[in-house]
Amino acid sequence: MNLEELRKLRDEQKQSLSRRNTDNKDIQIIVGMGTCGIAAGAKDTLEAFIQELEEQELSTVRVTQTGCMGLCYVEPTVEVVMPDMPDVIYGKVDPEVARKIVRKHIMHKTMVNDHVFDRPAADIVEEGGNQ
Amino acid sequence: MKTVNIKINGEPVEVEAGITILAAAKKMNINIPTLCYHSDLPAWAACGICVVKLENSPKMMRACATPVAEGMGIITHDPELHQIRKTVIELILSTHPNDCLMCGRNQNCELQSLAANFGIREQPYEERLRDLPKDDSTPSIILNPEKCVNCGRCANVCQVLQDVWAIEFVGRGENTRIAPAADAALADSPCIKCGQCSAHCPVGAIYEKDETGKLLNAIRDENKYVAVQIAPAVRVALGEAFGYEPGEISTGKIYSALRRLGVDAVFDTNFSADLTIMEEATEFVQRLTEGSGEIPQLTSCCPAWTDYMEKYFPDMIPNFSTAKSPMMMQGAITKTYYADKIKKSPEEIYSAAIMPCTAKKYEITRCEKMYSSGEQDVDVVLTTRELARLIRSAGIDFNTLPDETADSPIGKYSGAGTIFGNTGGVMEAALRTAYNFVTGKELPEMNIEAVRGMNGVRSGEVEIEGKKIRVAVAHGMANISTVLREVQKAKEEGKEPPYHFIEVMACRGGCIAGGGQPYGTTDEVRAKRIAGLYKDDEKSEVRASHLNPEIQQIYKEFLGEPLSKKSHDLLHTKYTPRPLYQI
Amino acid sequence: MAAFTNFILVCGGTACESSKSDKIYKNLMHECESQGVRDKVQVVKTGCFGFCEQGPIIKVLPEESFYVQVTPEDAKEIVSEHIVKGREVTRLLYDKAESKKRAQIDEMDFYQKQVRVVLRNCGVINPEDINEYLGRDGYVALEKALFELKPDDIIEELKTSGLRGRGGAGFPTWMKWNFTKQVENDQKYIVCNADEGDPGAYMDRSTLEGDPHSILEAMTIAGYTVGANFGYIYIRAEYPLAINRLKIAMAQAREYGLLGDNILDTGFNFDIEIRLGAGAFVCGEETALLRSIEGERGMPTPRPPFPATKGVFDKPTVINNVETWANIPIILMKGGEWFSKIGTEDSKGTKVFALTGKIRNSGLVEVPMGTTLREIVFDIGGGIPNGKEFKAVQTGGPSGGVITKDYLDTPIDYVHLQKLGSIMGSGGMIVMDEDDCMVDVSKFYLGFTVDESCGKCAPCRVGGRTLYNILERITEGEGEMEDLERIKSIAHATQKASLCGLGQTAPNPIISTITYFEDEYKAHIKDKRCPAGHCKKLITYHILPDKCIGCGLCARRCPTNAISGEIRQLHTIDQELCIKCGECYNVCKFDAVYVR
Repeated sequence: MNLEELRKLRDEQKQSLSRRNTDNKDIQIIVGMGTCGIAAGAKDTLEAFIQELEEQELSTVRVTQTGCMGLCYVEPTVEVVMPDMPDVIYGKVDPEVARKIVRKHIMHKTMVNDHVFDRPAADIVEEGGNQ
Repeated sequence: MKTVNIKINGEPVEVEAGITILAAAKKMNINIPTLCYHSDLPAWAACGICVVKLENSPKMMRACATPVAEGMGIITHDPELHQIRKTVIELILSTHPNDCLMCGRNQNCELQSLAANFGIREQPYEERLRDLPKDDSTPSIILNPEKCVNCGRCANVCQVLQDVWAIEFVGRGENTRIAPAADAALADSPCIKCGQCSAHCPVGAIYEKDETGKLLNAIRDENKYVAVQIAPAVRVALGEAFGYEPGEISTGKIYSALRRLGVDAVFDTNFSADLTIMEEATEFVQRLTEGSGEIPQLTSCCPAWTDYMEKYFPDMIPNFSTAKSPMMMQGAITKTYYADKIKKSPEEIYSAAIMPCTAKKYEITRCEKMYSSGEQDVDVVLTTRELARLIRSAGIDFNTLPDETADSPIGKYSGAGTIFGNTGGVMEAALRTAYNFVTGKELPEMNIEAVRGMNGVRSGEVEIEGKKIRVAVAHGMANISTVLREVQKAKEEGKEPPYHFIEVMACRGGCIAGGGQPYGTTDEVRAKRIAGLYKDDEKSEVRASHLNPEIQQIYKEFLGEPLSKKSHDLLHTKYTPRPLYQI
Repeated sequence: MAAFTNFILVCGGTACESSKSDKIYKNLMHECESQGVRDKVQVVKTGCFGFCEQGPIIKVLPEESFYVQVTPEDAKEIVSEHIVKGREVTRLLYDKAESKKRAQIDEMDFYQKQVRVVLRNCGVINPEDINEYLGRDGYVALEKALFELKPDDIIEELKTSGLRGRGGAGFPTWMKWNFTKQVENDQKYIVCNADEGDPGAYMDRSTLEGDPHSILEAMTIAGYTVGANFGYIYIRAEYPLAINRLKIAMAQAREYGLLGDNILDTGFNFDIEIRLGAGAFVCGEETALLRSIEGERGMPTPRPPFPATKGVFDKPTVINNVETWANIPIILMKGGEWFSKIGTEDSKGTKVFALTGKIRNSGLVEVPMGTTLREIVFDIGGGIPNGKEFKAVQTGGPSGGVITKDYLDTPIDYVHLQKLGSIMGSGGMIVMDEDDCMVDVSKFYLGFTVDESCGKCAPCRVGGRTLYNILERITEGEGEMEDLERIKSIAHATQKASLCGLGQTAPNPIISTITYFEDEYKAHIKDKRCPAGHCKKLITYHILPDKCIGCGLCARRCPTNAISGEIRQLHTIDQELCIKCGECYNVCKFDAVYVR
């Protein structure tokens, strides 16, 4: 192996390993994986999140699972926690919405308004929505 | 010479760079006590008695192993060092039997001297002796691990100086002891009986097998005619036991002492050294000119070396001279030629030999060729140390003895015979005679400087009739493998052998520093003993073996010519490969 | 690439392996398969997490659920609950003593004060997969060394870092390397001392098991720096797991061209061979270790000559211990400057300690140099169990000494430990409580060095045994006051006149316990009493009449039938028959048995 090959391989490995690393991961996506969530397709949602993060090369996001959040009627539910943004719970997050959350909420700090379930103060939504 | 400036006990001094603190102190006449250190060996640094202080360092260093360095400030003696050394000696004494009165090293023991110098009067620590059996399996040396102080000298001699690896440390901690690998008996180990371990042991843990009683019994036996021979190296060392300087020749006094002990005839192994040369030089000339055997020819008068070769280099057996050692030749002719002369049968003669060597005790029974007279050709071998004890116990005042001569006709020797006792001597003696055998003339210069000296391996060329004879001399068993590997390599590659003739002596310096010589042998002592033998050579009437009139006589009256049938029967031997371990 | 949603890290250190972590790993794999989540979960066998008290340990990411004392049977539940349903298996979580709330790993007291430099990859990566090491910036340091730095730069970087040898003596690492570099010789060697032998110490084993590539990388860097192209790892045969992982790592590194000929196409060659030791403690001493590599009996030889100029096969040799090596890659990667900010003025970086003995959380602990003993014992270690009182800590193993309560706030570094009459050693830390007899403790350590002495030099061989026997007499009530003087003179001679570190430090435990606990020695000698109630010959067991209810449990358990008494009546102990095993004391539920 030469230097270039080593570097390439290392970069690949770094990315796949970085998800195991919890240091510096200040963004958290929590997917509700209760029976209701799973029944509503939470597994696909979870997968979509991971794929999208991979594609966008976002290594500082941690995707975790949790049980039922108690909002069974809007499953699958997802909570996004990140700096400079209010904690938001999204409902009815299908794979499509999941990708949108990554691209808008996480990458551009803009909320995906039509899926926000736990609405924070209106001015923030407004502000985010207007951007 | 590169030097460094150091201070010893506050006194500045400039010494050679790289020497040890111990050596530097000695140059200033400061003696640092030691126990495990021996000048023949690399510092093993085990006992901890030679510790010294360095200025500005809390650590103590071993003087024997620490080289001096520029600016070093050394303190060799102070109350703290005294206390530490004394404690260490007391600790060693707590594991050492205090039966000094019944020890072979009484009054000649390095541990005893230390205890005396430090004024140790009581044992403050509990005594813990090790109940270990003696190994007396060889005919030559006895290992008594109970007395061992684990200084490591014997193992290092055996491994570093002799490359034999018969003994080593086994066990660990307080159970560490000296023994052959896997606790084999010495006789079943690679041991070559050279006895260098016994000569280097500071205490009485390895020593020669004492057989003085056998000789005394033979002397008491009225039916026995006791004939004793003394080896070349004995004459320059025995005197040390009686206050002589190493190297002072006391041949006449030794003859005299033996007669006072009651022996019937005194012979000199130097005579049969001449005989050996007659046989061996003839053999060499034949191999060289007629291709009758393998080249290089290897000398065979050292029994430790033949044992080593049979164990480690059996492929070299064809290169060996088949000539017996001088001692065995002397034994054989004493019980045949001489016995005839005095009208005795071989069994009526008791043949004893005084040797500088412990391996000689093994040699006398090493194979059936050692019984060529029909009886055991040599009945007992006593080392120089044993003879010294005998003389003392017999109340003989050695120093005032008159100088006597050996008995005839097998007692006279040439200068060539006497230098058999030192490294290079056999080669020099052989060349003096071989030159004559080939050319019919005498060497213009009898001293052959190329083979003299103390280097472990020496080589040179001697021209005989236009042919360049390449010779090598090796002493100290560890040096021989270097030479033999050269030979083996040339053989494998189908090249001409690098040497024609190789002399080997197992002990450093040759027989003058054999395992049976008086204690305290160092290179300084070796040099003096060697000088003594060369002096004996120089002042000899004849300096080549073939010129010895008694040699000429025995061939005329008895043997016929070198390598005759009779010679073969009485004066030649054979060799067999032997395993390193017999377990 | 498979998108894993979860990672299960299973500790594969020797301690956890011996409590069936291998079986747990297999069961987890099996469960993931049968529950259909095989492609969602990556199960990784990692190196030691350090929290050995609670092993076997499993960490599930990304939730950072820290499961302790897991059994192979728990695998099914972990997969079905945590992985499939996203619910943590609460009963397996490590609970903080105070609150019942789940402990996240960085909130646990055990980990909170630790700084993981040496153990940075232990418990994080799969040590049997070079790719995972690469993913953690593996071989970046080697790359830097080979392509960006000159040998002198590397030595300069080490000098800036202030790294000192972690094997015991604390010699500056850059100086060792520099000596060897400066010696002209066509053949030089690099040696890794993995002959860890202090009782209770296992940080080197864990490092090798958890992060073998870091050692290979470091040795290769050293080879490049000093001009050596061959190295030996001398490791004891009792470390089969570490040896196996090293072998795997070496094969993988060779395959990747990171070890062997023409490393990374640079033309630089470096290879490594493993040499197995037979477990003699003295072979951890560097000169004895070198002799052992050469095939000789492992006996120390005098220094000078130092290995740096005349080492293995008489060639210049850099020899460092595992923990020292493990620091090298990260120093080169992050810079000496970064490293030098960790630790104290003259002791830089971190130190891994093996915390054992009378301590709640035993395990491997890595802290910055200068951390106080109190923090290690009480904050990280969780203090003394069973409500007992802290008495002392032995640091430096059998070569060290005790540190008492009064010195708990001493920062742990080379200088301070030495001032207290102990040493850093390789990092063993054994905690003792009020039940430990200090005479017996020093007898224990001395017994170890007496057993492990190579027997070469007289002061150690004879002095050690003589000291031991004196201690034995004292603990058996046969001591006399003169013994204290004897101990002092033998100890002094042994310290000063022994050849190697083993002998020179062997009396340390006895000297330090006499210094701090002389009264305890005197109690044994004069009053024939063991204040800690430990030395069997000096204690007797008795039953308190007002507490004994006559349940008879002690009598039933007594192996020599020394206890008699009617049921519901006071029991008594026949001192003639009593062998002082202490079983009655242990089983009595009413504290009726006491020691005198």
